[in-house]
Amino acid sequence: MKRRLLLLLPLVGFLVLGGFLYQGLSINPAERDSALVAKPFPAFALSALDDPGRTLDASLLQGEVTLVNVWGEWCPTCKQEMPQLLELADRGVRLVGVDYKDSREKGRQFLAEFGNPFEVNLFDPEGSLGFDLGVYGAPESFLVDADGVIRYHHTGYISPEDVTEVILPEVEKWRD
Amino acid sequence: MLTPLIPEIGHFALIIALLMAALQAVVPLAGAATRRPLWMAYARPMAAGQFLFLIVAYACLTASYLLDDFSVATVANNSNSLLPWYYKASAVWGNHEGSVLLWSLILGAWTFAVSRFSRELPRDMLARVLGVMGLVSAGFLAFVLITSNPFARLLPNPPADGADLNPLLQDVGLIIHPPMLYMGYVGFSVVFAFAIAALLGGRLDAAWTRWARPWTNVAWAFLSVGIALGSWWAYYELGWGGWWFWDPVENASLLPWLAGTALIHSLAVTEKRGAFKSWTVLLAISTFSLSLMGTFLVRSGVLTSVHAFANDPSRGLFILVLLGITVGASLLLFALRAPRVSHRVGFTWLSRDALLLVNNILLVIMTVTVLLGTVYPLLLDALNLGKISVGPPYFNALFVPLTVILCVFMGLGPLAHWKRTAGGSLLRRVWLAGAAALGIGLLAPLVYGGEWNLKVTLGLVAALWVVLPLVRDLWEKSRDSKGRRLAGLRRLSLAHWGMVLGHLGLAVTIVGVTVVSNYAVERNVRMAVGDSVEVAGYTFTMTELGSRRGPNYVADAARIQVRRGDDARGFVMTPEKRLYIARGMPMTDVALRPGLFRDLYVAMGEDLGDGSWALRLQYKPFVRWLWLGALLMAVGGILAVIDRRYRRAATAPDPERVPREVAA
Amino acid sequence: MARLIRVLLMLALLGPALAQAAIEVRDFDDPVMRERFASLTATLRCPKCQNQSIGDSDSPIAGDMRQRVYQLLEDGRSDKEILDFMVRRFGDYVLYNPRLEGRTLLLWGLPAALLLGGALLVVLVVRARRRASSRRLSADERARLDALIGREEQR
Repeated sequence: MKRRLLLLLPLVGFLVLGGFLYQGLSINPAERDSALVAKPFPAFALSALDDPGRTLDASLLQGEVTLVNVWGEWCPTCKQEMPQLLELADRGVRLVGVDYKDSREKGRQFLAEFGNPFEVNLFDPEGSLGFDLGVYGAPESFLVDADGVIRYHHTGYISPEDVTEVILPEVEKWRD
Repeated sequence: MLTPLIPEIGHFALIIALLMAALQAVVPLAGAATRRPLWMAYARPMAAGQFLFLIVAYACLTASYLLDDFSVATVANNSNSLLPWYYKASAVWGNHEGSVLLWSLILGAWTFAVSRFSRELPRDMLARVLGVMGLVSAGFLAFVLITSNPFARLLPNPPADGADLNPLLQDVGLIIHPPMLYMGYVGFSVVFAFAIAALLGGRLDAAWTRWARPWTNVAWAFLSVGIALGSWWAYYELGWGGWWFWDPVENASLLPWLAGTALIHSLAVTEKRGAFKSWTVLLAISTFSLSLMGTFLVRSGVLTSVHAFANDPSRGLFILVLLGITVGASLLLFALRAPRVSHRVGFTWLSRDALLLVNNILLVIMTVTVLLGTVYPLLLDALNLGKISVGPPYFNALFVPLTVILCVFMGLGPLAHWKRTAGGSLLRRVWLAGAAALGIGLLAPLVYGGEWNLKVTLGLVAALWVVLPLVRDLWEKSRDSKGRRLAGLRRLSLAHWGMVLGHLGLAVTIVGVTVVSNYAVERNVRMAVGDSVEVAGYTFTMTELGSRRGPNYVADAARIQVRRGDDARGFVMTPEKRLYIARGMPMTDVALRPGLFRDLYVAMGEDLGDGSWALRLQYKPFVRWLWLGALLMAVGGILAVIDRRYRRAATAPDPERVPREVAA
Repeated sequence: MARLIRVLLMLALLGPALAQAAIEVRDFDDPVMRERFASLTATLRCPKCQNQSIGDSDSPIAGDMRQRVYQLLEDGRSDKEILDFMVRRFGDYVLYNPRLEGRTLLLWGLPAALLLGGALLVVLVVRARRRASSRRLSADERARLDALIGREEQR
């Protein structure tokens, strides 16, 4: 009897592994949480996109829940995302943009063409803030609470459904 | 006129092949269960018919590629009218759909071969073996037809030209790598089928192992070559000179190889000694299961890999279900039917049996380690414990010491006798080899590299310890009874030579890994025409920069004059940076100067402006030994098969004496 | 239309799946630095790529990370500090050499446990087999055994 149980061991092992593999099918290995969730927004000193003379730092993000969106003129998905960001701004969400690895001219053109939902845009031509945020593509969005702590991270495109189903509830959650 | 019909004919042939596979599975298995000879006799004609229709289907798909029929989706996605014909023909398996069709074709070929060469098998055994293979084949053909039809059309508006084959895949290494690999993966289905047939028939004596051994060796040899080719391809094609990345896809091919290596050894013990019967059955099931799991891992997208095919969750689910049924049912059968009482075959500490037991346990631990590292990120993710990566540092840290331990026992194995070995005589026969291995291993790094290096010593001692006792043993055996030298060697069986080559091959690979990992030199440099750079004693001078046009690409090309030391005669290397037109994809075409003891490797990077380019110059000592070793192992596996023992083998237990050596 | 989109999507996916190496020219005064740079860039995983180290990938983020590794090395930071720096930004995902912690206990521990278990198993099996070999087989048993295994000469 004991031996029979021993012989069942490979089957049990395989079934466990198979269960994990099955779960694995519904997991997207490319989707990852940011390492910065629950951490303070990294320090920075960058100029505003529309005003090279104005230097902004992390105090910009104090006092109100803010959605920081990393974008660039070179990023096609960012164009598709704009209508959703405009809608969020209409609904009273404070948005700050990070123009990532871009030229000032192209960044401005982009906003002129596709709309500007942002209260202000940080100009990050070297991608230094992006790097500190652990950004490896665009668009990416970070929800920062009134104390300047990152609370939620959205990798990639914010779809129209995400606006009502994900982003707005998160904003509400951290407003209190 | 017939051309537009070709894909339809292929599709139809594939459906017929599926039906025949189903018949080949169901009727003979039912016949064997109910002892009906007529039903059992279905197996062989169905195997032949299935193979024939698979050939037709495959030929039709190839014809669609050669004729640039871009109404076929896979052709449109993976070929182009400018592609040379041989890449068109190999583009067939450069994508998911075509490669599963190739997988099925190869399974059909193995099935057909078994049905041809196993006439001596008892009728019910053959019926069961072919039945099981038919089941596997039916599962895969259903997978092809339902989720991955290579004949799907883009009608009524086919594109004017195809998207081209990924330039990285336009290469001779890729022409032969997948077929070899699949020959290995699929070849293990034969020993799997034999094991299942033995379980079904309740005939778990040593007979099935004798029938299955040659098939297993051949599959193992193909897999060895397939893995080596993949490594070689990555080495010269990806442009950074790496030869093994512990990528999930590579691991997926290594897993059945490791389990298969354990299997060919345990088959030897079971055949020769009747020991480890259940264990051998389990290994046979596991080896093929790991092949199937590799297929799942590569094609389902559950793991992130550089080689990922375009993934589709429905395909992943289908293969997982297939995997679950095949492996689950086999392991259940194993749990129910494996022999309850093991035969107590006796042996002592110092016996070949005990050493092979150690070999098997170590190889299984290596298999589990690679599997664990490969799926661990997935396990954590599924348990919501975050995303981690498991990469080369982990695998190297565990795999290297395990290999060294394995080598310690490999040195003794071939010299030990079955059942028991006198410790004194064994010691007398290996001490010199051991001392020599240690001495050379300690001194070689000093001579070669100028300073002592523990890793090099460890690798060399391990490799020499595997080889030298074998040499000593051959030296002893070379004397025949009358004391004449060399006459004795002729008496050694091919199976013995197979074992010798197999072990030698591993040692050669270990030497290659050791030296190239520790003594390779790599320099990234900026070079313009007229510049010279010295790397590892070679002077590289750029003499010319130009551009060139290939059939489907344009290229910047450099001429690099290479001289060694003061040697006036040199040679020219011509690396290229290509731009493939259809995909707009840039590609580095590496210039290689191969040699038995060193490769020189030049890759062109970016144009840095001002007439200079970034170049990567590499000196890769002993890198060829990696693949040479694999080739030796494969030749060893094949030699063991053509041993005449097997050609007349499958008759009933043979009272005659057979050659005394065993291929391990 | 749906099919066309699927085809386009597949093309998009196939394209970057395999990517070649980036070749950068960097000057190191100290060969030890060169070694450290090589080993750090080989053990950090590119977060954007399929499965490549930052040393092997030509994606922009890998280039940024290499540049940062280089700067930090020049600043005299230790390897551990550099790895920590990257983990703070990109998470544990970028470490090819997973750290030993609660969730990786099984990963690092199981092979060692198996090695011990395997050694124990060998001892148990061989001891049992030794007893078996010391017991004489009866003539009947021997005949059966011979028939079963197709007895061959033993050396």
